[in-house]
Amino acid sequence: MSTAVKGTTRRPTRRQRGVDPIPRWLIVIGAAVALYFILPTLIVIPLSFSSASAFEFPPKDFSLRWYENFFTDPIWLKSLGNSFLVAILAALIATIVGTAAAVGLNRLTGRLAGFLRTLLMISMVTPAIVVAVAVYISFLQWHLTGSLLGYVLAHAALGVPFVLVSVTTALGGFDATLLRASSSLGASPLHSFIRVTMPLISRGVITGAIFAFVTSFDEVVIALFLRSPTFQTLPVQMYNSVTFELDPTISASSSLVVVVVTIIFLVPLLIGSRKKTR
Amino acid sequence: MTTTTRTRRAPRASWLLLVPALALLAVILLVPLGQSLLRSIGTPQFTLEHYAGLFTDGVTMTVLGRTALTAVIVTIVAFLLGYPYAYLMTRVGPRLRGVLLVIVLIPFWTSVMARNYAWIVLLQRGGPVQSVFEFFGAGDVVFQGSVVGVTIAMSQVLLPFMVLPLFSSLGGIDRKLLLAARGLGSSPLVAFWKIYWPLSRGGVVSGLILVFTLSLGFYVTPALLGSPQQSLIAQLLAQRTTQLLDFAGAGALGILVLVITLALVAWANRFGGTISAIGVASTSQQKESR
Repeated sequence: MSTAVKGTTRRPTRRQRGVDPIPRWLIVIGAAVALYFILPTLIVIPLSFSSASAFEFPPKDFSLRWYENFFTDPIWLKSLGNSFLVAILAALIATIVGTAAAVGLNRLTGRLAGFLRTLLMISMVTPAIVVAVAVYISFLQWHLTGSLLGYVLAHAALGVPFVLVSVTTALGGFDATLLRASSSLGASPLHSFIRVTMPLISRGVITGAIFAFVTSFDEVVIALFLRSPTFQTLPVQMYNSVTFELDPTISASSSLVVVVVTIIFLVPLLIGSRKKTR
Repeated sequence: MTTTTRTRRAPRASWLLLVPALALLAVILLVPLGQSLLRSIGTPQFTLEHYAGLFTDGVTMTVLGRTALTAVIVTIVAFLLGYPYAYLMTRVGPRLRGVLLVIVLIPFWTSVMARNYAWIVLLQRGGPVQSVFEFFGAGDVVFQGSVVGVTIAMSQVLLPFMVLPLFSSLGGIDRKLLLAARGLGSSPLVAFWKIYWPLSRGGVVSGLILVFTLSLGFYVTPALLGSPQQSLIAQLLAQRTTQLLDFAGAGALGILVLVITLALVAWANRFGGTISAIGVASTSQQKESR
């Protein structure tokens, strides 16, 4: 069924190609830009297997010493653990709070609802440094700098817009008559939410949660201001290693982070393909 | 039909669902920013001297000018690379388009620190980029510690914000108009300039403003790849806060940067969903996998 539909939509483009070919120079530029997009990600992995004790590329000899360093140094390990802890808690809060807001806003119309939606999205466009400085000074007064709670709250707030966007998108294809059907069959609003709404928007919720997790896991600007000698996250330790310590362990850390984030982003794709085959 | 069901279902409960999100936003964003606004106009009592200081201290305006110039260069680079790329995306088949879209999103996926570290290694003295320039006989070209290095790294990560709005705008243009123009005897260049370019202008404008705006706030990249002598506005803000402990002055500077940013975002919004353009990054992934 679906392949037949695809075939009919593809055919006109194929026919067009003869009349209207893609120019050669455009392909060259496109390939060059694509390389520019992926270049830093590409070199991170080979870099981490270098044996040199300075930053150099291409590596002359290969070794696992930076991975060994990473997994035996308590500072790196603790930073990694902190990052996971903060990101999981921040994503959890952002997902709950953001999903609730998306469901609420979906039912509301009018000027105030529109304003509140924009307000909730605003941290996406506020410069991180402005937020970081303001949060830093306020957190100093509230004794939240260098604390798990401080990190989690700040990162949760950054994750909310992503959850809001993806859950709103999922709700866009949601048929409200289903809810009326379930309530006419005697379900309470909460019951219908759990049994009807939740399964239908779950993909949006998972996508939002993943983005919230990665946003926190990778966040460095606010983390730099909230750090303390006793509590810091992995990106902060990576920052230290290029500014003060010149420690190539960052190469192992970089490729680990790239791999972890890639795997996490692949999760919804895997869920999607499993659903398709069913 | 749908509007009647919407109004019928308890709106008060719907408002309550917004409370947790708004409370979190208040604690992290609204209250700290409000406090820094109050501090900037109320230290020691009501005064505008901290704002006047921004214009007269001889440093802030120089740094702001340098930041704006850097942002303009980054924006131009992103446009020159992003436009053909977005155009190519509209021309290829659905499978290759998916691949090109994933490539656009890779800078988002790559950790900030990993990416900046990679650029340091590539652009540093004795790094591969210098070797390439040496090979072509251009002796001593080192980009780390210069505005050029900052520009290269910033354009790379901001390119998606150019490509995504452009792609959604270019994708809506009917190419048969171009074929018609060609059929009526116009050259490819004239057909592009008279037909295609005007139709793409909405996406161009929102892409330009978006990239420019976002590049104003960069902190990590200029701190790691730039030089301390040529600091940008974000570094100045950090320095005033953590080194000079000038909280009132930093508050004024932060509010200035925030106001400039939000004004630009509001302006860009008039050319079509800017904030949602960033959201495209998250939703497009959903669409592709569906």
